[in-house]
Amino acid sequence: MSIDTMSARARMLGRLRGAHTSPATSVEALDARIDAHFKARRSHAPLALDERIAQFERMLEAAHAQVLRATTSTWAADLAQRLEAAGVRRLLLDTACAEGKALTAALAAAVQTRDYAQPIEQWKAELFDTIDAGFTVARSGLAATGTLVVAPDANAPRTVSLVPPLHVALVYAHTLHADLHAAVAAERWYEGMPTNLVMISGPSKTSDIQQTTAYGAHGPRALWVVVVTDGDDETAAQHGVIR
Amino acid sequence: MSTTNQIPHAKGAENPLHFVPTAEFRQRARTALDDPQLRKSFRGAMDFLQGKRAMQFPDADELEALRDLGEAVRQHALARLPELLEQLEAKLRANGIHVHWAETADEANRIVHGIAQRHAATRVIKGKSMASEEIELNHYLAQRGIDCIESDMGEYIVQLAGEKPSHIVMPAIHKTKGDIAHLFEEYIPDTPYTEDVDALIQTGRRALRHAFVDAQIGLSGVNFAAADTGTLWLVENEGNGRLSTTVPDVHIAIMGMEKVVAKLEHIVPLSSLLTRSATGQPITTYFNLISSPRREGEKDGPREVHLVLLDNGRSQAYADEQLRATLQCIRCGACMNHCPVYTRIGGHAYGTTYPGPIGKIISPHLLGLEATADLPTASSLCGACGEVCPVRIPIPQLLVRLRTEANRAPDESVAQPLRGQGANHSKSEQFVWRFWSGAFAHPRAYRALRWAVTRLRGLTPSQQMGWTQHRTPLKPAPRSLHDLLRERNQPQ
Repeated sequence: MSIDTMSARARMLGRLRGAHTSPATSVEALDARIDAHFKARRSHAPLALDERIAQFERMLEAAHAQVLRATTSTWAADLAQRLEAAGVRRLLLDTACAEGKALTAALAAAVQTRDYAQPIEQWKAELFDTIDAGFTVARSGLAATGTLVVAPDANAPRTVSLVPPLHVALVYAHTLHADLHAAVAAERWYEGMPTNLVMISGPSKTSDIQQTTAYGAHGPRALWVVVVTDGDDETAAQHGVIR
Repeated sequence: MSTTNQIPHAKGAENPLHFVPTAEFRQRARTALDDPQLRKSFRGAMDFLQGKRAMQFPDADELEALRDLGEAVRQHALARLPELLEQLEAKLRANGIHVHWAETADEANRIVHGIAQRHAATRVIKGKSMASEEIELNHYLAQRGIDCIESDMGEYIVQLAGEKPSHIVMPAIHKTKGDIAHLFEEYIPDTPYTEDVDALIQTGRRALRHAFVDAQIGLSGVNFAAADTGTLWLVENEGNGRLSTTVPDVHIAIMGMEKVVAKLEHIVPLSSLLTRSATGQPITTYFNLISSPRREGEKDGPREVHLVLLDNGRSQAYADEQLRATLQCIRCGACMNHCPVYTRIGGHAYGTTYPGPIGKIISPHLLGLEATADLPTASSLCGACGEVCPVRIPIPQLLVRLRTEANRAPDESVAQPLRGQGANHSKSEQFVWRFWSGAFAHPRAYRALRWAVTRLRGLTPSQQMGWTQHRTPLKPAPRSLHDLLRERNQPQ
């Protein structure tokens, strides 16, 4: 840091410190208020797992995403068929993870897979110009807003869900939280955040021209969400109503 | 591919993008009022946005409770602002993000330019950032041979047109699709004229695609920052913000220093208020949470991330306990969407980066009252802005306070003088008001005045300054209300 900005720092903080402030409410009191607000909202409408899934799907569809509900044993074949039908020829995914392996095995020969093998600098043009779709597994989902919580990592970097014109995300129904507040608490976000965490609630869009919504502004034109349910009552029993 | 050839912005080069001084505010407002197309654009857009917001808040109790929460979060953060900024800085540094402090617009520009020079960068791709508009960064860098390309569709459109945003959330809200079709046809190669919005957006996408690939630096704003985890929280729909902060090797974020909050969880109510109030969406397409540069083994994301903390007059608002509420703002734009003045004159008339009610209360701190003294008076004080504000900024009260400061004698000593105090001060006006209050405070003087005014009404001038421009002249009644009532109440 240059000496200039060092003194700017001292001056800025000095001016702020010079102002008279009334003592702030304690952070605990504020946290409690926030928690109470969202808990009260959720207790108005506690949702069983099935209803939570339905809400998640409804919200996503309202945001122009396509939802495919399937079970652990059926999703890969379902998705593979759709990808081929949609004309996807190059699919970017992590072929080493369990879901990646399952999907790769199910894909028709016409659909090539591509791992994110090297850093972006080494294949930027190829990534931007030749990949038809990117496949990721979401960490969790938010039912209230129809949102995928995606934590990119070395094998499924950020651009997989961003650059290809089609993004396909798989989310396990049992990972759905009621809302953002519940997710932040349950996943203990305060304990440390990944480099980048993204919440995705539909395909890229804009209403910048005369308030007319158009999809595929700069990110994916289409978002497919594969919701994997275990297809039995056990899931509901295990996870019950999330408050 | 050279981005300079691909993305021409000739108009921007012809007219330097400085804001016009607000002394011309009245004239610009008049011109805007006489432009039926502009008024139609804004009326339609504001009605649309008001409706969208209303649909997001069907439950009035929930809305009010959430506004209470939003206000509490922002006030909590402001009460501890210096500590939170230090905590944010320490946490970001520990996460590997560089932190810079800029007292003025010029300092912020120099910091960004310095980073660009170190990387020998000539191409910057920008996500939407009102803070960068505020410091006129594009212009500063362009003069030094660095090309900034706006990638938000609305920002890109106004950049092509050589204009400034007319709304903080929807920059090109004043443009019709016909205007945009002409712009694209003229400036983007191989683009036939079309008013089809999908086609226009695809043209914008195509034109900007390679700019993301070619840029050495991505620049963005910040919607919220969490001091506890060292996280920058960016809100958007298009994906250009994610691309700008992911694809180039360097990411520079610029943030007004008031935007930090104590904890990541505190952003939960704020983010809900922001998207629902701004565009009537339950959530935007992307919430992009950035906590560090690319780590060892990761394959994308910038290797270097910088945050520039900007003061630029904010500490003046902070110094005063009443005016500090200005800094609660989360930049949703709901106040302008509901403002009868903004709806009629549009965003450009204000001449400031932030138009509408929020602009009227923040601009005097950024630019001084000399340049902005007319802005707080451009309000009917109808109160709509205060009613919709998601963090309960008492905007009408702050407008009145700024009027007081603009009319105060320039040499009057006050605890927290504002830059440009007394910019609207007028000795004759002071005299008239003193005379008026004297007359009303002393019954004898009041009776004498009443007698004189009703008898001498014939002397009232027919030209009464601004009043008679659009209205018939005022003339005192032949008999005062007192006299009439006394007569009526007399027993018959």
